[in-house]
Amino acid sequence: MNARAIVVTSGKGGVGKTTTTANVGAALAHQGEKVCVIDTDVGLRNLDVVMGLEGRVVFDLIDVFEGRCRLRQALVKDKRVDSLHLLPASQTNDKSALSEARMKETVRRLIDEEGFDRVVIDSPAGIESGFQTAASAADGALVVVNPEVSSVRDADRIIGLLEAREIGDVRLVVNRIRPEMVKRGDMLEVDDVLEILGVKLIGIVPEDERILVSTNVGSPAALDVSRNGAGGAFRDIARRIRGEDVPYAQLQAQGGLLTGLKRLFGGS
Amino acid sequence: MFGLFGRKRSRDNVKERLKLVLSYDRAKLSPGRMEQLKQELMGVIGKYFPAADSEYDVKLEQHGDRMVFTANLPLSSADA
Repeated sequence: MNARAIVVTSGKGGVGKTTTTANVGAALAHQGEKVCVIDTDVGLRNLDVVMGLEGRVVFDLIDVFEGRCRLRQALVKDKRVDSLHLLPASQTNDKSALSEARMKETVRRLIDEEGFDRVVIDSPAGIESGFQTAASAADGALVVVNPEVSSVRDADRIIGLLEAREIGDVRLVVNRIRPEMVKRGDMLEVDDVLEILGVKLIGIVPEDERILVSTNVGSPAALDVSRNGAGGAFRDIARRIRGEDVPYAQLQAQGGLLTGLKRLFGGS
Repeated sequence: MFGLFGRKRSRDNVKERLKLVLSYDRAKLSPGRMEQLKQELMGVIGKYFPAADSEYDVKLEQHGDRMVFTANLPLSSADA
């Protein structure tokens, strides 16, 4: 992707926007880029806790917008990867301070003045002002979708809105694929989702309980290079954003004999 | 739950439902309005073809980048 400012969005809540932002941002930084992740979910700040940086937040995005601090003062430096920074959302619900002009200016300064290679913008759920503000500064987008009817419908709506904004580089992250359900014909396949939405793919992320474990401890799974699973899928997405041609890993249905037996006897 | 065989895969079901609902979403038309359109269209056609069949097939389809509205209006074979 040539895009320098990438908005991560989905329409529907709870499909993995914040997880994707944290992991792709961390992986990009780990791969050598200077990265700033921005939380635009004003009033419902979460990217800080997912990344384990909640204890370091002093100022936030709205403080920057309103001139209560300098841009650099609001940036929280990651504790694991030097080139990774977070610009947190405010936890008070002052959406009136949201402004597309200020958002664009902030992203422009991060790139032109602070020397960031990439800005990853975590959008709030919905299609209201928060999403519009987040999208306004972006020249590329990752649309996160789960293989499930309401998520796909909302993604279609979001893709329409991104196209209306003339954001050219829109890519799909299919998150929470469960290979064993796909195998028995009870889950949309990645190809189905691509056919229905008509957008290019950039990543397939399997359902993985390590994601919950990693958010419990505030350390993005993508940084644990000893494991594949969802963390590995997010690292692959980062490499594809950087222009590498990374083949898609074949997802294996989990579990061997035991889960097979459970299924035979009517379990899950 | 169900036997291993003889069950329609829910994947096929969700795919069809999504394609249908997205065609209405993209055309910004609700299924109810579509039904209205169909009724009005039948009224108009009936004025010109009194023996028009009432089995009209009216639908929205995705053709590449654009939505296409198609109406298949068979005329009755009876003498007009």
